[in-house]
Amino acid sequence: MNECSAVIQLHQVRKSYPGAVSSEVLHGIDIRIDQGEFVALVGPSGSGKSTLLNILGLLDRPSSGSVEILGRECTEMDDAGLTTLRGHSLGFVFQFHHLLPSFSAEENVFLPMLADAGHFKPEMRTRARDLLARIGLDGFETGPASQLSGGQQQRVAIARALVMNPALVLADEPTGNLDRASGQQVFEFMRRFNRELGTAFLLVTHDPALAARCDRILTLEDGSLVTQE
Amino acid sequence: MRFELQMALRFLKEGRMQTALILAGISTGVGVIIFLSALIGGLQESIIDRTLGTQAHVTLRPPEEEARPQLDRSGETILEHIQRPAQRLRSILGWPQLLADLRRRPEVTAASPTVAGSAFALRGTANRSVALRGVDPDSYSGILDLRTKLTDGTLDVTGTHIIVGVELAKELGLSVGDTLRLTAPEERSEVFTISGIFDVGNKDLNLRWVYISLREGQTLMNLSGGVSTVEVKVRDIFSAEKEAQEIHAATGLKADSWMILNSELLIGLRGQSSSSVMIQFFVIVAVMLGIASVLVVSVIQRGRQIGILRAFGTRRGQVLRIFLLQGGILGLVGSLGGIVLGTVLALFFQNLVSNQDGTPIFPVALTAALYARSLLVALITGLVGAWLPARRAANLDPAVAIRYE
Repeated sequence: MNECSAVIQLHQVRKSYPGAVSSEVLHGIDIRIDQGEFVALVGPSGSGKSTLLNILGLLDRPSSGSVEILGRECTEMDDAGLTTLRGHSLGFVFQFHHLLPSFSAEENVFLPMLADAGHFKPEMRTRARDLLARIGLDGFETGPASQLSGGQQQRVAIARALVMNPALVLADEPTGNLDRASGQQVFEFMRRFNRELGTAFLLVTHDPALAARCDRILTLEDGSLVTQE
Repeated sequence: MRFELQMALRFLKEGRMQTALILAGISTGVGVIIFLSALIGGLQESIIDRTLGTQAHVTLRPPEEEARPQLDRSGETILEHIQRPAQRLRSILGWPQLLADLRRRPEVTAASPTVAGSAFALRGTANRSVALRGVDPDSYSGILDLRTKLTDGTLDVTGTHIIVGVELAKELGLSVGDTLRLTAPEERSEVFTISGIFDVGNKDLNLRWVYISLREGQTLMNLSGGVSTVEVKVRDIFSAEKEAQEIHAATGLKADSWMILNSELLIGLRGQSSSSVMIQFFVIVAVMLGIASVLVVSVIQRGRQIGILRAFGTRRGQVLRIFLLQGGILGLVGSLGGIVLGTVLALFFQNLVSNQDGTPIFPVALTAALYARSLLVALITGLVGAWLPARRAANLDPAVAIRYE
């Protein structure tokens, strides 16, 4: 694997929160995720997964160490630069879909494109509809997102994460709030997009069966990466 | 549609009940502002019209004559007590040039020369003391449009034709076509024909004022070729005193504005305006706090949505604008409701009670400027009210908002 294929690289990332007692939650994390990889991040509650995910997603800054996305060093970037990079290079899927209830499914999907461009363009709808069709939601484009089932809403969230054609999608327990069948379906869609589009995925999960089906498993314990299988 | 506007409209739509309630609050506030302003403005217009309808805004007279102290050859004052001399009727020097200069001033809308003095009106054995007003009808129409005040006859004040007020006509039994002798000081006297009878809405003036031609006025008042006053109307009546001072400084003439001659009225008008402004200020503050509180709640309720928007690349400035736009939309839409409410209320009040002549006791002044000002004030109020909530939303930490909200 050569250097230029790395989507994201963390070098000796530490994160601590100010307070009377030293509270370092990440202790020198080194991670590299390459283009097209499908990686699982596992670990017990309180191990620092959320903090790590926030740093990987440019939603938080490390106390020390460096974060590189597509070869660009991010730790010194200002908020506007991070926001632009996040919008163009990263996608997010959360445990709770967090769709905007009064928007239709397709509007929820193309919202990141709308925010980026500043105004609506017809190709945004085409792109959203294409993604919804690929995720098995054709026919549901114009209905309110709030009327979809939990699994369907999570699939809309996946389409939204992919609409900007990001290099990496960070999925924080995307199946954790779904029944087994829906969870399985959501996982399969992510896997399919990973293969078809070449988008890298980092999947935080508590489900060992799902983790086992990923290309690689990162295990985080007490703020340290203990295994990279 | 812009992203920010679309988001703002959706957020307002989602919080339907909150939006409806705050819109009702803003409409009521703006309605009160429109109603109060229209009522007070209408009353002021009516008072000003009744008071100033027959007055010039600025009246120019020759400078007062002053007695000079008597001095000896060395310059020492011999007589220290100086008696104020009686003021004779005198002409304004160089008045044609003065008129031309006045008419070039941007604030002046009309300037007219007049000869004003006292005389006796004699008819048979009856006589009345009257105030003669020798005017040039064309230029005087800019000061007081006598044509609209005529109750009988025509506006003919040329040669020996004059017009008199309804009360004087009643007192002396005059009709159009009758003759009347006017006798001025020093026994200058002339017989005139009544060409018209006017009513300026003031009983005393209708009894005392007699309009004659400028030339006849000059003859009767012994001011051959001269004028005793120049009357001026200005664009903004409240600039009259400033204009009077400037004219006085430029010409040395005595310049009296209506604001000095009617200072009690002016104090009353200003008191009304101040209380109106105070009420409007507190209404605006209440509306602003209402908008701010609704948007603060909205920011708290939508913390997670804002976090998601930020996560997928929405910039801080865009989030700020989404909430500012909500404030602006609330202000604008609320003000439109307020304009309807205030207008209906004002017109209802106006038509509630009338004077005997059919004019409303409470006239209202609903102007395009009032509507535009209310819209602008409501828009600015909305934006100012939304500023703090918008900043709060823009500064939300997306990681915290998504996870813990």
